[in-house]
Amino acid sequence: MSKLNIFTKGFFSENAVFVLLLGLCPTLGVTTSAVNGLGMGLATTFVLVMSNIVVALIKNLIPDKVRIPVFIVVIASFVTIVELTMQAFLPDLFDALGLFIPLIVVNCLILGRAEAFASKNNILDSILDGLGMGFGFAMALGILGAVRELLGGLAVFGYKLADADGMLVFVLAPGAFLALGYLIAIMNKMNKKTT
Amino acid sequence: MSYFLIVISAIFVNNIVLAKFLGVCPFMGVSTKVETSIGMTGAVMFVMVIATMVTYLLQRYVLMPLGIEFMQTITFILVIASLVQMVEIVLKKVSPSLYQALGIFLPLITTNCAVLGVAIIAAGNAEFDLMKSVVFAIANAFGFGLALITFAGLREHMELVNVPKGMKGVPIAFVMAGLLALAFMGFAGIA
Repeated sequence: MSKLNIFTKGFFSENAVFVLLLGLCPTLGVTTSAVNGLGMGLATTFVLVMSNIVVALIKNLIPDKVRIPVFIVVIASFVTIVELTMQAFLPDLFDALGLFIPLIVVNCLILGRAEAFASKNNILDSILDGLGMGFGFAMALGILGAVRELLGGLAVFGYKLADADGMLVFVLAPGAFLALGYLIAIMNKMNKKTT
Repeated sequence: MSYFLIVISAIFVNNIVLAKFLGVCPFMGVSTKVETSIGMTGAVMFVMVIATMVTYLLQRYVLMPLGIEFMQTITFILVIASLVQMVEIVLKKVSPSLYQALGIFLPLITTNCAVLGVAIIAAGNAEFDLMKSVVFAIANAFGFGLALITFAGLREHMELVNVPKGMKGVPIAFVMAGLLALAFMGFAGIA
């Protein structure tokens, strides 16, 4: 697989949210607006890249049987770093994401990449993989957040487009499921055309 | 908060899957058959209650006296991961039939955010004592089971329905989950 391919597969053909259906809880939980979605996506990207680097570095040192607990500790450490940094410098985003920041630990996307990619490949490939997968995840969350913000509040990135009420249901829980369902259908259609 | 209110709120009003979006991965992943979703519910209930109890005690008697609450995430996930492993080993010895039924679902629970989520919520709520945390965990597990089994029943019926080609499989499942969440929103009036 070429270096470019490792990076770009995370965006479309193996997009974490739309194709692999990994990390659905934060996807649905925090995407009430595009900014929240992107913030969550970038925080996840950071954890993903850093954990991929560490896992790729120590993959020969850890015995096979305890590798999953080791991966989880590595991931949890980086999540704690993100949590404390965000609390200090981006308190508004920290409040908006709330419970979902510590829950980055159990985002199956991160553990999945550590297990399926970083523990078998070298550092450079692992970084590329982490960046591609992470940005693909952030893109998906950003799109879903933008759609929900537009339909639910008639706003784009916090700027009101019209002085009227949107369809409130899209900001509430049911709208998250509906919007994601239709987005996946559209994504399936697009992926089928290109292949 | 009374016990009754905790139970009703956790099962219906703030349903863990449909209102709080915790545990959506297993909700989507193992909901193709009613039978497997019942097995998953049993396994989640088991681990969630024990994990909440243990993490609650750790938070109150270890992390808080030492002033190292920032270690919460790491400690909790390690407790859950080792608990899952332990439950698996004990179950295998004590009750092979139950192990057969729950076996394949147990490893999946480590990355079920519902378990960690409930543990963090319970540990962070100053009003909760140990008993209330346990009741909260049981109620949430029931809420998870209610959503999962209802959804699995719906999906079994969906197999027979003629769905437009582009919506087949996952997309229609999400739309259905959206409608289910809409129905659960009706419970918000109770609170």
